[in-house]
Amino acid sequence: MCLGIPGQVIELLEVHEHLARIDVSGVGRVVNIGLLEDEHLAPGDWVLIHVGFAMSKIDEDEARRALEGLQLLGRELDDELQALATSRIATGEGG
Amino acid sequence: MRFVDEYRDPAAARALIARITEVAGDDHFKFMEVCGGHTHTIYRHGIEHVLPDTVELVHGPGCPVCVIPMGRVDDAIAVAQTDGVIFTSFGDMMRVPGSSGNLLEAKARGADVRFVYSPLDALRIAVETPDRDVVFFAVGFETTAPSTALTLLRARELGVTNFRVFCNHVTIVPPIKAILESPDLRLDGFLGPGHVSTVVGNRPYRFVTEQYGKPLVTTGFEPLDVLQAIDMLLAQIREGRCEIENQYARVVRDEGNPRALAVLAEVFELRPHFEWRGLGFISQSALKLRPEFAAFDVEEQYRIPGVRVADPKACQCGEVLKGVIKPWECKVFGTACTPETPIGTCMVSSEGACAAYYNFGRLHREVAVTLGR
Repeated sequence: MCLGIPGQVIELLEVHEHLARIDVSGVGRVVNIGLLEDEHLAPGDWVLIHVGFAMSKIDEDEARRALEGLQLLGRELDDELQALATSRIATGEGG
Repeated sequence: MRFVDEYRDPAAARALIARITEVAGDDHFKFMEVCGGHTHTIYRHGIEHVLPDTVELVHGPGCPVCVIPMGRVDDAIAVAQTDGVIFTSFGDMMRVPGSSGNLLEAKARGADVRFVYSPLDALRIAVETPDRDVVFFAVGFETTAPSTALTLLRARELGVTNFRVFCNHVTIVPPIKAILESPDLRLDGFLGPGHVSTVVGNRPYRFVTEQYGKPLVTTGFEPLDVLQAIDMLLAQIREGRCEIENQYARVVRDEGNPRALAVLAEVFELRPHFEWRGLGFISQSALKLRPEFAAFDVEEQYRIPGVRVADPKACQCGEVLKGVIKPWECKVFGTACTPETPIGTCMVSSEGACAAYYNFGRLHREVAVTLGR
């Protein structure tokens, strides 16, 4: 659960809920970006994701570095990505 | 690939190791890496065995799963077994043993225990299942606590009345202080945590230099990050400096994340004390929900046993978490206690020192012994 996984912002979704669609290892995931409100994220920006929340903005070099580091973990990264795949953080109430 | 090579470049690593060896000279240095992520990097890449014998790394208490005491797991299971409850947890916590089994076993006995990736997933289950109470087992340092806080704010905003949090969030500074006060251990400096510091920044560590006279370098998770941080610590000591330095400035800012800190302050307050596995009770070391959030607080809404349970006698997690012994020095390591059947929490989480050593370090150590190091 302590992994920070890099992802690239594809699009900002519902503004009030602070949600964005983020490309994580080639798959679009909905992630909460409320903790980075002051960063004014835009499509193309890279972030580190932790339990469904973007926790820090990083540059592309750092994103690649982090991802390559994570790939060495093998099964643990797979588990984390699988966990992320089960996540249903969606817009709207129950929608 | 250039970026990766830059951080795993063997030539750069060799140059750093040579300098570390030279600067350390004949003296012996003991540095603690506080964060479980660093422990993982150190074992994964065999860093212990490329360092000179004069530089020893001690693994600290920075794995949030590892520091949850057995009594809290028992409390979680008691709540999970309450009629009508859907109990949600991160996967890591599912296999942490309480005094009579873990959450997975409670699930097998009929409790509705569900794995979630995010607290927002737990909230979503609550929204979709209004006739059941949905409890989220919140664990983690300041890295994770803001996520729980934002989820609670969202629950309040949506008017969700069946969402509850069993809060076990802990804070990073008090255990560092406890370790510095511990008579068992003489440390020369710290590799400061990476992800936690993105939230709290570097300022909260000032007491380490000011009150205890030990240098601290906030460190990234690449092998070269760790080597560079060790080099920076040694340089400080040799130059007679004692400072907070930031090796991980590409991610960590001195002021941390003000937005996350504001959210934490809005939702949580400090507990007077909290029990840490192996470290005992540490004052003001954990978070609880503020009274305004009592309706969401499991500890306010449920009767929980709250019984303190001593660790199994054979288990030496406490000494491992304080860095007094190495994982392989524990009596049950790799025999009675393995990642498949963990006795202690350090063997459960992949960031736990024992699991990291079991999975990776063992091989490096055996190879090192074979090669006569």
